[in-house]
Amino acid sequence: MKKVLVALLAALLVLSCLAGCGNGGKKEEANGKTVKVGFIYLHDENSTYDRNFMEGAKAACKAQGVEFLEKTGIPETNACYEAALDLIDHGCNVIFADSFGHESFLAQAASENPDVQFCHATGTTAHTANIANLHNAFASIYEGRYLAGVAAGMKLNEMIESGAITAEGAKMGYVGAYTYAEVISGYTSFFLGARSVCPSVTMQVQFTGSWYDETLEKEAAQTLLNNGCVLISQHADSMGAPTACEEAGVPNVSYNGSTISACPNTFIVSSRINWQPYFEYMIQCVKDGKAIDTDWTGSIATGSVELTAVNDKAAAEGTQAKIDEVKAQLEKGEIHVFDCANFTVGGAAIDSYMADVDTDEAYTPDTEVVKDGYFHESEFRSAPYFDLAIDGIEQLNAAY
Amino acid sequence: MREPLFHISKRTEIALVKAWLIRIAAIALALVLCAIVTFALTGLNPLRVFATLVDGAIGTARRRWSLLQGTAILLCISLAVTPAFKMRFWNTGAEGQVLAGAMATATCMLFLGNRLPSPVLFPIMFVCAVIAGSVWGVIPALFKAKWNTNETLFTLMMNYIAMQIINYFVYQWAVPKGSGQIGIINGDTKAGWLPAIFGQSYLCNILIVVVITIFIFIYLRFSKHGYEIAVVGESENTARYIGINVKRVIIRTMLLSGAICGICGLLIVSGTDHTVTRDSAGGQGFTAIMVSWLAKFDPIVMIFVSMLIIFLQKGAIEISTQFGLNKSFSEILTGIIIFFIIGCEFFINYQIHFNHSRKEAKA
Repeated sequence: MKKVLVALLAALLVLSCLAGCGNGGKKEEANGKTVKVGFIYLHDENSTYDRNFMEGAKAACKAQGVEFLEKTGIPETNACYEAALDLIDHGCNVIFADSFGHESFLAQAASENPDVQFCHATGTTAHTANIANLHNAFASIYEGRYLAGVAAGMKLNEMIESGAITAEGAKMGYVGAYTYAEVISGYTSFFLGARSVCPSVTMQVQFTGSWYDETLEKEAAQTLLNNGCVLISQHADSMGAPTACEEAGVPNVSYNGSTISACPNTFIVSSRINWQPYFEYMIQCVKDGKAIDTDWTGSIATGSVELTAVNDKAAAEGTQAKIDEVKAQLEKGEIHVFDCANFTVGGAAIDSYMADVDTDEAYTPDTEVVKDGYFHESEFRSAPYFDLAIDGIEQLNAAY
Repeated sequence: MREPLFHISKRTEIALVKAWLIRIAAIALALVLCAIVTFALTGLNPLRVFATLVDGAIGTARRRWSLLQGTAILLCISLAVTPAFKMRFWNTGAEGQVLAGAMATATCMLFLGNRLPSPVLFPIMFVCAVIAGSVWGVIPALFKAKWNTNETLFTLMMNYIAMQIINYFVYQWAVPKGSGQIGIINGDTKAGWLPAIFGQSYLCNILIVVVITIFIFIYLRFSKHGYEIAVVGESENTARYIGINVKRVIIRTMLLSGAICGICGLLIVSGTDHTVTRDSAGGQGFTAIMVSWLAKFDPIVMIFVSMLIIFLQKGAIEISTQFGLNKSFSEILTGIIIFFIIGCEFFINYQIHFNHSRKEAKA
């Protein structure tokens, strides 16, 4: 009797669900004027990476006076595709996702929903995917990293002058996620910024094989400190490296935002992408019914690349003034971050490089990116493609 | 002599109605506690939060499909671990067995996907997923049968090996270089994707799990194998005495457990995500252990339990979306509800006697 009852109930439940599924979901029409934005985030505000997006999203939607919905903790799986469709069901006519691995699921949703705009940070395929409503966005963060590197170099100079280290002992450490172009471009520009003021600097890079793993990042920072690194920076999204630095009393140059509250004694400065300008641009385009750029690259000029306030307690004297000076030079185009005169690869200067700009499985080099004597980063697509291993930087574990 | 206030005894039997009344009361109490916690922490109207939870799980057609799909996957893994649990073989390695199946499926899709026609490709994918899953499951079983190793630790460790293998290959095959992501496999040709039925991409997954559910139900209830599993679970000595080859039953059952996990890996990669990462199983290999236990190893009850868990999970996501609350908050609510459901089983299995009533009876 009991079993029969249970079986009947089970059948009933499944049937009612199936019957319910037959009804079409409500779909509000996008009329081009009212905009509702749906945001998809990999983690929540506990991740420095996601919090940076969430703050920009809130500010942009408030400034533009539009409604928005946020979905946090969406993994890089089919859940991202489902989250996008669910946001469309709730009237969103522009969807934004913040994590690299969301891209192919967003592309799938975009090709099935041509009336909705899909924007994606850090992605690489919009310019080749042939999906009109799929857009990539990034910023020339290598310029921000370069400026942060200048601040690091100033600090090293101070340490050399005070006799704390020798000129040869000016070794920096860098915690990276993967041997991915975005990371390589980031640490190379950071290094070049530091070397522009402190010529004797060298750098070691330790990879974690994860974008967000507090323990691994802390351990990697620890390894670098044990190797004698006197200043640390990082490209990974947890507080692992900054906290390791604070505990060891070693200066840290941060990313994604200020870490001064957790690291009051060691935080020097942080570069970050401010996403508000892009979000406002994206919303304005949908309001006006204009096409959104397939690849949008923010810059210092658009207000997308920023440096936080310098922490005078940890930074060398005159850091802010020097940053402002170099920033003005970058903006005027007087200097270029990846000027071929400033770096060598395997002992030789380069005058030509074919980069894999059009993403493919065989990593085929397809675009000449060196002209006028410098490497043109983020011009042929928004996501970085600088992946050269330059002299002076040592990769400790290139396995990732 | 001082007597304690109450004592506890095991119930010999409980009426079905009474058992269900206890369960309903537990859920009601859980909801009351959730309401108090919600109001105390957020100041929101608890009824609106509950309504949002339901809306998030079944509010639109898409969400109802998604609920069924999530239920199917969790149910599939729960069914997979059940025969081993009935045998008192603590298989905590479902996560790894699913990942092994997922990796095998993804490999087939990557390297054979656009070379073979679907009627050839699908059987190959299926066989590879089943073999991968059952190999991952049978290794600890062989060690258990041969050297009586601890299967709980062994199967658990196998999870991490599976994750690292996936990490390794995902890095090797990453697109673009160094990004640590494979992305959707065969997005343009959809080669190796389980087909949509009546326009519903999840229906195929759901139907396959329905078949597996019926199979496991019959296998455990009516087959000789099922009987042998039950006897080995009750007492290995009895099993030996009546001539059951215990080692063979352990190995055979773990082959089956692993094979079903492997199929689940196929459903996740070929029928849902169309890619593979170390998070493809998403911890469901562990949730499934709870589902199997809560359902007391009954495949039919498992349908409800897994649906309830997915219902709560989907609702929780909607709560954080609608009210801008951190996802951890909705997980607190889910935790309270599950705690009460598990806890009420105590009152179904045991009875509490208050001692003062007995004294009165004596007087």
